[in-house]
Amino acid sequence: MYQYDQYDQRIVDERVAQFRDQTRRYLSGQLSDAEFLPLRLQNGLYVQRLAPMLRIAVPYGLLSSAQLRKLAHIARHYDKGYAHVSTRQNIQLNWPQLEEVPDILAELASVQMHAIQTSGNCIRNTTTDQFAGVAADELEDPRPWCEIIRQWSTLHPEFAFLPRKFKIAVCASEQDRAAIHAHDIGIELLADGAGGHGFKILAGGGLGRTPVIGSVVCEWVDRQHLLTYLEAILRVYNQHGRRDNKYKARIKILVKAMGVEAFREAVEREWAALKDGPSTLTDEEIERAKSFFTTPPYARLDAAATGAALGERCAADPIFGNWVARNTTAHRTPGYRAVTISLKATGVAPGDITDRQLELLADLADNFSFGELRTTHQQNMVLADVEETALYALWQQLQGAGLATPNIGYITDVICCPGGDYCSLANAKSIPVAEAIQARFEDLDYLYDLGPIELNISGCMNACGHHHIGHIGILGVDKKGAEFYQISLGGSQSKEAAIGKILGPSFSQEDVPDVVEKLLDTYVNLRQEEETFLQTFNRVGIEPFKERVYAKTH
Amino acid sequence: MPRLIKQGQITSDAWLPPVADAATAPDPHLPNLSQWLSLADKSGSAVQLEPGDGIAELLPALDAIELVAVNFPLFTDGRGFSYARDLREHGYRGELRAVGAFLPDQMHYLRRCGFDAFQFNDESRLEEGLRQLDIFSEHYQGAMDEPRPLFRRRS
Repeated sequence: MYQYDQYDQRIVDERVAQFRDQTRRYLSGQLSDAEFLPLRLQNGLYVQRLAPMLRIAVPYGLLSSAQLRKLAHIARHYDKGYAHVSTRQNIQLNWPQLEEVPDILAELASVQMHAIQTSGNCIRNTTTDQFAGVAADELEDPRPWCEIIRQWSTLHPEFAFLPRKFKIAVCASEQDRAAIHAHDIGIELLADGAGGHGFKILAGGGLGRTPVIGSVVCEWVDRQHLLTYLEAILRVYNQHGRRDNKYKARIKILVKAMGVEAFREAVEREWAALKDGPSTLTDEEIERAKSFFTTPPYARLDAAATGAALGERCAADPIFGNWVARNTTAHRTPGYRAVTISLKATGVAPGDITDRQLELLADLADNFSFGELRTTHQQNMVLADVEETALYALWQQLQGAGLATPNIGYITDVICCPGGDYCSLANAKSIPVAEAIQARFEDLDYLYDLGPIELNISGCMNACGHHHIGHIGILGVDKKGAEFYQISLGGSQSKEAAIGKILGPSFSQEDVPDVVEKLLDTYVNLRQEEETFLQTFNRVGIEPFKERVYAKTH
Repeated sequence: MPRLIKQGQITSDAWLPPVADAATAPDPHLPNLSQWLSLADKSGSAVQLEPGDGIAELLPALDAIELVAVNFPLFTDGRGFSYARDLREHGYRGELRAVGAFLPDQMHYLRRCGFDAFQFNDESRLEEGLRQLDIFSEHYQGAMDEPRPLFRRRS
């Protein structure tokens, strides 16, 4: 993974000193609430319903075991002993003290971490595939590009006070696991057919109040021009994005208002002035970035033998076999698998993890996966490089810590924002809804029979739970002061991205599990052969689901 | 006379904010964009831009202008950062002054974008602003103070 040198370290250290000073000036009255607000947000600090919330950056979801141990220490020492994985692959603390945040940031800086631009109207953490570097369908590792973008966007002087937040995602594989169509800028790495790579650039995707699938702004940008092209897009957005209405301020509204043709022309005009300038990437810099993401020292394994041994183990211990089938993924190196650790056990808020679990995962990363771990935007964690022969020992330790729920990609692997229990923006609670759904579908045979289903819950229109792109999306709405839930169907975050269609009038909290069950009954009755929920929905449309759910009971 | 930061020091000069409802700017008020556009002779002129004005109309006269003030009526409206950078990248060499409700905490970014003078609405912030002018000693991106990004300078 990327390692700081003296320059990177100086930048984060100076940022800690700056924020310590800002906090002091705020507490002594030299900065007003309104002035401190964007300053603290750009260090990831929200003031929430019960306490401040601190969002710690995990660049493109990659963590070392030393960083995990530091996060465990921070969760224990400065918080209530747990942390939360967000849908942007970041880590959130729910109970820090404002006065202690500078100390937390200093602790983070000591392990090459920070909270820079994890909130506020600026360029946020760049996200990518949690299986980067190990996925079989990858053209090239996207993480060097994410790191290049991270450095360019970090403390960018021109783009810290944008009309609204700005999110970038990078995909470098056949399957899109980074939801690039739902980002302000989506970057798809492509091959030129002659051994070189370039980028397709999408802009104007996004969720929130007005979900939009991104438009292609440029079919091909040569790799050395990536940063100047991004800079040109940001400059158009910074000058022309709406600032009169925060609900119309995202770049998606600007792209729609201008039309993608006119937007592209405006970007090209800006780009003409920047292209080939000093921000043009050099081959040396690209190679330097790539040098941090090399192949780890894999053992040379006889995949046929390890596969056979694993098969025997699975047959002998079906509970283990089941976990292997659900929570591990093919690896491009023979004899290895990538393991997804479910943070979706029933009864625990989706994405929550305790200090002790963090420490255990640090040890497991050291023992089984070259000391690294990834967070996913589905709010789980991944050990990417585990030998097949070590899976059983790993599973036993995970099971002992409540981290072996075999539900990855199934309906109980709920993606969920913190909701009204924590967030002051939320219209409604989301965690209890997730728990009720998890409890309803606890029977594993039924769960697996339902097949892969992405269920996303957001407590409000800000859509942190990405409900628009869930196969089943649940949105908390406020109806005359009461919490209700609107359900949408058919969303998808794949390359065939789709925004879910609203089923109809919203439901009370206690009705939601029944409604979900009716939706799934409808699917089971209508599905043909191996059809997934999404495939059935795409074939039959929303009507059969609507009829079933809103049928009058006689 | 209003006080401001210029060349890294606190100083003062006579310029006052634009008077909106006049055809021409009364001395010593800065002309707004429309008053400036109506000037027959733009040599040695000054102008104040508001968010939304853009810089396009200044481009033909960049060599003639001595002072461009960019107003920040709200410190959260960041359009002026791009105006400054765009003006400098188009070759503007005269004084570029941030005026209005920006924060001392934004001074460093403003300077990096090409501003070389800073006039707060609240003059009591001048010392704090001066203190924050160079609060970071290293940067990743190129900007007007150092066009080469860190990746061209790492050793």
